[in-house]
Amino acid sequence: MSEKIIQFIGVSKAYDKTLAVEDVNFYVNKGEFITFLGPSGCGKTTTLRMIAGFEMPTSGQILLDGKDITNVPPHKRPINTVFQRYALFPHLSVYDNIAFGLKLKKIKVVLENKNGERIEKYEKLTRGEIKEKVTNALKIVDLEGFEDRNITTLSGGQQQRIAIARAIVNEPEILLLDEPLGALDLKMRKEMQLELKEMHRKLGITFIYVTHDQEEALTMSDTVIVMKDGMIQQIGTPMDIYNEPKNVFVADFIGESNILSGVMTDKFKVKFAGHVFDCVDDFAKNEYVDVVVRPEDIDMVEKDQGDVNGKVISSIFKGIHYEMTVIAGKNEFVIQNTDERKVGETIGLKIGPEDIHIMAKEFTINRYDGYITKKNTVVFGDGEYEADVTQLYPNSHIDEEGYLITDDGKQIDLTDADVSVEVGLKCIDIDDNVEEANAVGKIISIIYKGDHYQIIVRTENEEDYVADTEYLWNENDMVGIKIAAKDIKLSLKTEAQK
Amino acid sequence: MKFHFSRKQLIIPYGLFLALFVVLPLLFIVYYAFTDGSTGAFTLSNFGKFLTSGTSLSTLLLSVGVAILTTLFCLLIAYPIAYVLARSKMKKKTVLLMLFVLPMWINFVLRINALREFLDLIGLLGNANLFNTVLGMIYDFLPFMILPLYTTLIKMDKNLLEASSDLGGNAFTTFIKVTLPMSMQGIISGITMVFMPTMTNYVISDTLGLGHVTIIGKLIEDCFGARADWNLGSAIALILLVIIFATMVFTGGFKDDEAGARGAGLW
Repeated sequence: MSEKIIQFIGVSKAYDKTLAVEDVNFYVNKGEFITFLGPSGCGKTTTLRMIAGFEMPTSGQILLDGKDITNVPPHKRPINTVFQRYALFPHLSVYDNIAFGLKLKKIKVVLENKNGERIEKYEKLTRGEIKEKVTNALKIVDLEGFEDRNITTLSGGQQQRIAIARAIVNEPEILLLDEPLGALDLKMRKEMQLELKEMHRKLGITFIYVTHDQEEALTMSDTVIVMKDGMIQQIGTPMDIYNEPKNVFVADFIGESNILSGVMTDKFKVKFAGHVFDCVDDFAKNEYVDVVVRPEDIDMVEKDQGDVNGKVISSIFKGIHYEMTVIAGKNEFVIQNTDERKVGETIGLKIGPEDIHIMAKEFTINRYDGYITKKNTVVFGDGEYEADVTQLYPNSHIDEEGYLITDDGKQIDLTDADVSVEVGLKCIDIDDNVEEANAVGKIISIIYKGDHYQIIVRTENEEDYVADTEYLWNENDMVGIKIAAKDIKLSLKTEAQK
Repeated sequence: MKFHFSRKQLIIPYGLFLALFVVLPLLFIVYYAFTDGSTGAFTLSNFGKFLTSGTSLSTLLLSVGVAILTTLFCLLIAYPIAYVLARSKMKKKTVLLMLFVLPMWINFVLRINALREFLDLIGLLGNANLFNTVLGMIYDFLPFMILPLYTTLIKMDKNLLEASSDLGGNAFTTFIKVTLPMSMQGIISGITMVFMPTMTNYVISDTLGLGHVTIIGKLIEDCFGARADWNLGSAIALILLVIIFATMVFTGGFKDDEAGARGAGLW
């Protein structure tokens, strides 16, 4: 039975108005190597900083060994951090950097006084004890004899090791590592990954690691927490995360994957790319789903021998395998295999039931709260749109003064009426022309789904538009949003004024 | 013959300037300091005159005392200001900093006379000459202390403060063990910029001390003016130069070279 050392209960952190971390719940087991993984701005570093105590949550609770430490300052937490850019003290020698924490530490000792009473006292470490610990820490990071060196004369890799030594010498219950290998070159990074893993094994303390490098996360961790937009997407072992991604984002972020739109035709039957496949995931019949297939899980067979036929349109040698792109009907598959099929060849593709990962569609429709203006346009999602307001009352029409006349001749003023708005994913037009668009936003995510891209555009006030389009855009581009009047579905939230 | 202009020749105007306005005057001072006024013969008597005169030595002592007091109070006042300004997340903090530095842009004679009127108004003028002088010095030199302190504090890596608190340091230990040692460069340049000018700024001591506070700068002025003893004046100036040089060495003002070499080592 493992013990929970850290627990987050409904923790949120807001800067000004934007939420960096939103209602996060998780726990870390004692002795575990846990990694927060996600793209920049996903809230992983903020989460780490809340564990360290550098940031206080806006709401929620943080428990350490079951005790609430939400408002305990960093210097009173038995936690040490290895900073992203090391943060070594340039005015101190290597020895003094490592001894920094030890010199401040007070150890509880129980003494017996003359009367034989036991008294508890807090005592500082002696000079000899500190020296011994520092020497030992330097041995662990393989930098024996570096005590008197000046910090500024060390290489990046050496500074990194000193930063680790400075943290572990305090024997913390938890070691936090904030992208510690980010500044090192590839070879050094690989070496340090293995060394850190080995250190974790030897020290037996809890490691909480933050990275945006999925390979690093999968290699080192016992548990991976995937984050996006301040929210946890999935918690699991590296195997779970890779083999059973919970949603399209995780599938896309971890490793490479083919993501396609499909529909359930029966129990354990899913149709995509024009073929009905057997699968192992149970979803309701006729439900639209996202299908994820890893590139290495697609078998290539002779034409007409597989589930679908496709034509090889590109092939790249990647060292261990070839990466081929195959077009099957309107869908594109990326396939990795040690055997190469030549460009132009038509082949059969075969996918086993356990290699088909099915997940509920995250977005099926865009929903907004909006209101109707004096001009009978609708304001929602940070924009103003022409829409057909007569759909709110069957057989109604608009008179010359702009009032709505219902079927039975009643006059209704729709000004300021609150409406719910629904827009289909395919009905949202993304346009270069920001000036003439109804709303403007930044592209925050692009996921390729076999025959189209799913693009999320976020406006300044954090309204999201999810659009399915055949055209590829660039992430972080500012784009305009246009929606045709006929594609805006309205329903009244409250009865409008008569 | 064609004249070829090379980059090296750019140094000529600066070389001329330095020779004319720095080296030559310095040589004159040395010449006057070591010669007799009437005969022009080599002598050490100018130094002897100064070093054996009780009034001269007490003037020197007073100057050093005024300079130490001014520097100390400037540091005590400026550090918290610079610290708060550098640490505050306020968006308009540069405006606030400018307000502290703004007096530097107004003619100091005007400011000192204004202070004199104020001291007169509250009845201190003429009653606390030394206090008034030091007050004027602090008022005049405070910005020179704030600026270098602010610059070093704002440049400091905030991660280091977090690292200190991560390793168990509370606010006080973090200040003593990280912030203070790391702002040493700023403290030293602040001290250099306040201590040395205070020793010679006799306009302030004359105006606010009503002539009762004589500092070394005043003595030199007298030698070149009323007493017409250029040789003694030069000797005093030279002694001052040695003292200033000594304080520079002592406070490590010349350590820039080492810091530069360290910085260069990074590349």
